[in-house]
Amino acid sequence: MFDDLSVAENIFMGHMPMTPRGRVDWAVMKAKTAELLGRLEADFTPDTLLKRLGVAQKHLVEIARALSHDARIIIMDEPTSALSEREIGDLYRIVEQLKAQGRAILFISHKFQEIFRIADRWTCLRDGEQVGEGSIKDVTQADLVKLMVGRPIDQAFPKRIVPIGDVVLDVEDLSNATEFDGISFKLRKGEILGLYGLVGAGRSEAMMGLFGLTSLTRGSVRIEGKPITIGTSSAAIAAGIAYVPEDRQGQGAVLPFGIRENMTLASVAEFAQRGVISTSRELDTTRSLGQRLAVKAANWEQRLAELSGGNQQKVVIGKWLATKPRLLILDEPTKGIDIGSKAAVHDFMGELAGEGLAIILVSSELPEIMGMADRIIVMHEGRIVNEFARGSATAEQIVSAASGSGHQ
Amino acid sequence: MMPALLKNRDVLLAIIVAALVILVGLRAPVFLTADSLINVLTDTSFLFMLALAQMAVILTRGIDLSVAANLALSGVMVTLAARSAPWLPIPGVLLLAILIGAFFGAINGALIAGIGIPPIVVTLGTLSIYRGIIFVVAGPTWLTSKDMSTAFLDFPKSTLLGVPSLIVIAATVAAAFAYLLSQTQTGRGIYAVGGNPVAARYCGIDLHKQQFLVYTMSGAVSGLCGYLWASRYGIAYTDLAYGYELTVIAACVIGGVSVAGGIGTVRGALLGALFLGVVVNALPVINVSPFWQMLISGAVILAAVVVNARAERRSGKLILPEARRAAAGGSTA
Repeated sequence: MFDDLSVAENIFMGHMPMTPRGRVDWAVMKAKTAELLGRLEADFTPDTLLKRLGVAQKHLVEIARALSHDARIIIMDEPTSALSEREIGDLYRIVEQLKAQGRAILFISHKFQEIFRIADRWTCLRDGEQVGEGSIKDVTQADLVKLMVGRPIDQAFPKRIVPIGDVVLDVEDLSNATEFDGISFKLRKGEILGLYGLVGAGRSEAMMGLFGLTSLTRGSVRIEGKPITIGTSSAAIAAGIAYVPEDRQGQGAVLPFGIRENMTLASVAEFAQRGVISTSRELDTTRSLGQRLAVKAANWEQRLAELSGGNQQKVVIGKWLATKPRLLILDEPTKGIDIGSKAAVHDFMGELAGEGLAIILVSSELPEIMGMADRIIVMHEGRIVNEFARGSATAEQIVSAASGSGHQ
Repeated sequence: MMPALLKNRDVLLAIIVAALVILVGLRAPVFLTADSLINVLTDTSFLFMLALAQMAVILTRGIDLSVAANLALSGVMVTLAARSAPWLPIPGVLLLAILIGAFFGAINGALIAGIGIPPIVVTLGTLSIYRGIIFVVAGPTWLTSKDMSTAFLDFPKSTLLGVPSLIVIAATVAAAFAYLLSQTQTGRGIYAVGGNPVAARYCGIDLHKQQFLVYTMSGAVSGLCGYLWASRYGIAYTDLAYGYELTVIAACVIGGVSVAGGIGTVRGALLGALFLGVVVNALPVINVSPFWQMLISGAVILAAVVVNARAERRSGKLILPEARRAAAGGSTA
């Protein structure tokens, strides 16, 4: 996608309608685009610059591009991962519409809910091999989980009940000029705090503020009762905060580095004496964290670029555990990773909480939040709008709070 | 096993350099004498040092186009200083040259790290400014060996245990860079900010600090080379080492340093510099004209980029269990 070009140019890139004299026929292109957008019930014009659109609208442009080729088969790879509940509903409607027009759709997804909602037939891949296929009528979620993991999983979320200790983190009135306002909450030892909200609710931004990556206008942070100054990520790390960011490849992994260098990147001073790094000590830590997180790799020097998404994520989590944090912020830790790695991450979260780590789980996935968190705070348009104890709210209540209606 | 070995870029480059030396030696045996080979290394000393400093810059996703201009400016300034202070001993001259170069390098670093101007713009600007300052401080006249003391001129010709001092200095600089880049926290930071600047920032690694450091180091090496260049050739003027920055960058590229940042080794950069040094020194011996030399150097730069692109192209993720096992088996063998 080209951010600085218009919707029409994005849709017809590579096959723009031409005049007989060999120039781009803008009139035809815009008319065709308007027609496509109309069919998809889009609320923007062909001249809109792509960068002005939201994630869901960009999805529509991509679908329009597929339609402009008169594609018979459309492959959608995790199309709902960045969409809100309402936008997902719109997407389903478009999928139904395309189906009715006789187009075949290959819908790649990790989410059972949507597979059972829109698919007619299924096929399942595990470790690069096809392990089953059939009609959706003849399969249950439990069957699919078994195929995907290679073993039956009793419950999707291995939540452990651990004793909850003293307050580790006390955030008061954290605010920034444009992104979040008046964020206050407490977090205790061994507790997993779910931070839920729709995409764009300011969750990641607030966490980046807490981690010293964006400038704050107001607010105070105490760790174990001691006030700390958050201004840089190194100050946050020194205070015992670790932040596993949302965008694994963009913000987390250093792809040209090997596993060892990635694992120790945030705590490299721990492995150095007067600035000189001890590779063997790095390797010891890498080995123990790598084994604990069950990182699947040829060896500990293997470059991150060569690992699967799930294993990259395990390395990024390992990197932050190497800083020996008291507070671990996990921002969408299971987004786009395979179900085996996902279960491993969930299991590991429980284990860490059991060891007394305080965890903030930022997630757009409701089942994950409801399954893992002891307490859920919900953000909407940059502010905390509600708080629920584990099991005290239904999915509908949480979603309506997140979409801003629960509060009024 | 042989094809696997040939896939290693450094080994391949070393073989090409050796083949070039031997082929030229077959046509002109005089080229293979110890004196002649040592002369090649001595001549290439500047390129070894400048390529390593440039590599550190390129690792952070930057570029330093002002190295040759800084070299010329430092060379002229240190020559002037030594002329007006003849009592200054050679170690003092060396230190002064390094400090002058580091100062001008730090200006690049401050503009890039402090203000956030893109490195190519800053160093393109200072490239002109530094050559301009030479005219301001020295005027249009050339400083020649008449303006230099005997000690000043003799140092590059001196030897340590039979090894020319230029080679000794280049080896020292190379060892320092190898140590810094592979063994220290600072070196890890330099690679990290080039490999993924955002991830590095999240880990508390300060991009600006690394940038300031690499441009200052680049300047320091330029300053050192400025004195050595002026004294070895007995001349210092505005056009000293004119355009040499491109040779330096070419050495890095040939040596496998990725202009996208984060990838490059000291061994690779040294081999890249050695290759260019051999081309420049060996081909004239068998009467290959300078224009053919340029053509050959250019062709090799393009070939190196193709080889690098091949090496960097992802070989695919290891998802299939048997692929993982194969990779594990291969690496322990």
